[in-house]
Amino acid sequence: MLEIKDLHAKVEDKAILKGVDLTIAPGEVHAIMGPNGAGKSTLSAVIAGKEGYEVTGGSITFEGRDLLEMEVEERAQAGVLMGFQYPVEIPGVKNVYLLRAALNAKRKAQGLDEIPAPEFMRLIKDKLAFMKMDGAFLQRAVNEGFSGGEKKRNEILQMLVLEPKLALLDEIDSGLDIDAMKVVAEGVNSLRTADRSILIVTHYQRLLDYIVPDHVHVLIDGRIARSGDKGLALELESRGYDWILEGEHA
Amino acid sequence: MTVTAIRPDAPVPDQALGHFSAGFDAQAPAAFAELERLRQRGRAAFEAVGLPTRRIEAWKYTDVRAIARADFVLADQQGGHASPRGAELALALDAYRMVFVDGVFDAERSALSGLPAGAEVAPLSRYLSRGELPTGLASMVDERASAFTALNLAFTGEGAVIEVGRGVELDRPIYLLFVSTAAERAVMSHPRVILRLGDNARATVLEHFVGESGAANLTNLVGEAFLAPGARLDHYKLNEASEREFHIANFKIDQARDSHFSSHSLNLGGALTRNDLDAELNGEGARTDFWGLFFAQGRQHVDNHTVVNHNVARTYSNENYKGILDDRARGVFNGRVYIKRDAQQVRGYQNNANLLLSDRAEIDTKPELEIYADDVLCSHGATTGQLDENAVFALRARGIDQHTARALLTLAFAGEILESTQLPEIAHRVERRVAGMLPDRFNLEGLVELGE
Ligand SMILES: Nc1ncnc2c1ncn2[C@@H]1O[C@H](COP(=O)(O)OP(=O)(O)OP(=O)(O)O)[C@@H](O)[C@H]1O
Ligand SMILES: [Mg+2]
Repeated sequence: MLEIKDLHAKVEDKAILKGVDLTIAPGEVHAIMGPNGAGKSTLSAVIAGKEGYEVTGGSITFEGRDLLEMEVEERAQAGVLMGFQYPVEIPGVKNVYLLRAALNAKRKAQGLDEIPAPEFMRLIKDKLAFMKMDGAFLQRAVNEGFSGGEKKRNEILQMLVLEPKLALLDEIDSGLDIDAMKVVAEGVNSLRTADRSILIVTHYQRLLDYIVPDHVHVLIDGRIARSGDKGLALELESRGYDWILEGEHA
Repeated sequence: MTVTAIRPDAPVPDQALGHFSAGFDAQAPAAFAELERLRQRGRAAFEAVGLPTRRIEAWKYTDVRAIARADFVLADQQGGHASPRGAELALALDAYRMVFVDGVFDAERSALSGLPAGAEVAPLSRYLSRGELPTGLASMVDERASAFTALNLAFTGEGAVIEVGRGVELDRPIYLLFVSTAAERAVMSHPRVILRLGDNARATVLEHFVGESGAANLTNLVGEAFLAPGARLDHYKLNEASEREFHIANFKIDQARDSHFSSHSLNLGGALTRNDLDAELNGEGARTDFWGLFFAQGRQHVDNHTVVNHNVARTYSNENYKGILDDRARGVFNGRVYIKRDAQQVRGYQNNANLLLSDRAEIDTKPELEIYADDVLCSHGATTGQLDENAVFALRARGIDQHTARALLTLAFAGEILESTQLPEIAHRVERRVAGMLPDRFNLEGLVELGE
């Protein structure tokens, strides 16, 4: 599904990603952990196509297509969606506008007609209920005045409505209380199917108790320093990152 | 507004008089002496002052030479437009309606029946044909204020006279529809709107300007509103004139104690638009709210000059104008808030925010605060910016294409003004127009409908 080969990227002349290799097969859940500033958000931003990041080497293919050649919106329409670590507030744009415009953009890319309003409203109400969100959210401006936890829920709500093939979730657990984390994790788990893949960036093993990953990677200084199964996350939790660094140098 | 001293002895160049002198002579003679005197007063003022040049401070950014060059004629007073296409742009509004086609009252398309007792709505021509000048006419707007107020007086002939008696609340809005047609010769019209609200009376009035595509006429309106103590007037102006229309409006409000005036000035159309809006707060407790939205593209030019005069203590004003300028369009906002000596405990707020969608678009914004009292709360601010690129990215990252993303954000910018309207039909129309007028086509219509 997603294949990243020897990816190098820099921001404002500073090399951040220094040769990332990562392959995600359909249906798999991958978790990326690693110290602050290692380049985790940069990796998801480059996959999503955010401006300001210069890819200086390597490749990303998604379902056989060269992702780096695609516009931001084309990537999303093709099914690559990023959940923001810091969801953007968009004053004046109602959630319901965004959801409908986004869903119709995806349908258009697939050659489908726009979704009829009643069907859309049914779908949205369903997903809202699942995320335990109040219907009033729809009429509020995107993320404006939302609490940290509400913003994260809103990101997942968008995922549920847009049903990506590959969901990139950057620190979706930060700022969530225990109950909210369960709701968010359930939302993510409900996305799991045999042909949908998920890439989670997190600092905490706790989230991985709820969303159990197939693979765990440690990103340090722009490279994947170690990969393993969910046991690796537990090990990191008790030992930190230093031992990996030491192992590398040894 | 800057008061320009008129030196009647100074020669006015012919060009500054345009072709209007011929228009005076062509005008049908006044039916009664008092009207003739009024028109002569207007003509004399016009000939003394001439069309403004950009050397005059109040017209620094707005060049009216195109108006001077054009040769406007008065429309045939008989009317006779079978079905002006612009009329299709009328709002489906449950309202008392007066329709003017090229300035001529169209009785057939108007509907004024069912007005409550104590309310009177009639075309100005009806008063004039009775040999009567309606109360208030030309009593507030000074014809010497500008060439256009002078012209309007010189061509006094048609308009709307609205009187709402003491304590009367109109159950439906009054809808004044001005249709401009694409005739062989460009026409001019000089409508006068007179609004008189008695004590505690209440009314909503909409002036709506539409035009056939290609209509290159001059609409030069003067409005005078008188609000008695406790009266409330909600005034809407929706300018959707054609892309070649010249539109000038001078609207002035005299507010007595505890009256409340609310204005929405929504400008989308016209090649050249100049709005002067002036509230005189003359009684304690009087309050005025000015909301404005102007959206220009291509080479449209829209100039808003507003004045709020706090003439007595404990008067309140709030002004919020937003401009969206695309392509090579040019916008002007000049807002003056004046607080007279010792008019204490006044609150006056003013804000102007502008969004430039193209780097060739231009805005000149000038807030003017003049305060001669010490115990007042006032603020003003002006900002100009572009769309937030982070927000554009956030929308694109959800699959929404560039153009739609920008349109959504542009609508969002205008949202605050639209949400403050009490007539959803108007907000809806403006939303669609703003969405549809943005570069490239995209289907926002569905979105707009869903938002209600
Ligand atoms: N726009 C930018 N300008 C300059 N430096 C940047 C920019 N974006 C990222 N960086 C730098 O790139 C490095 C990697 O940042 P990134 O956000 O990818 O880290 P991260 O692994 O997600 O960290 P965290 O765990 O704190 O979220 C950091 O040193 C950061 O300061
Ligand atoms: Mg990060």
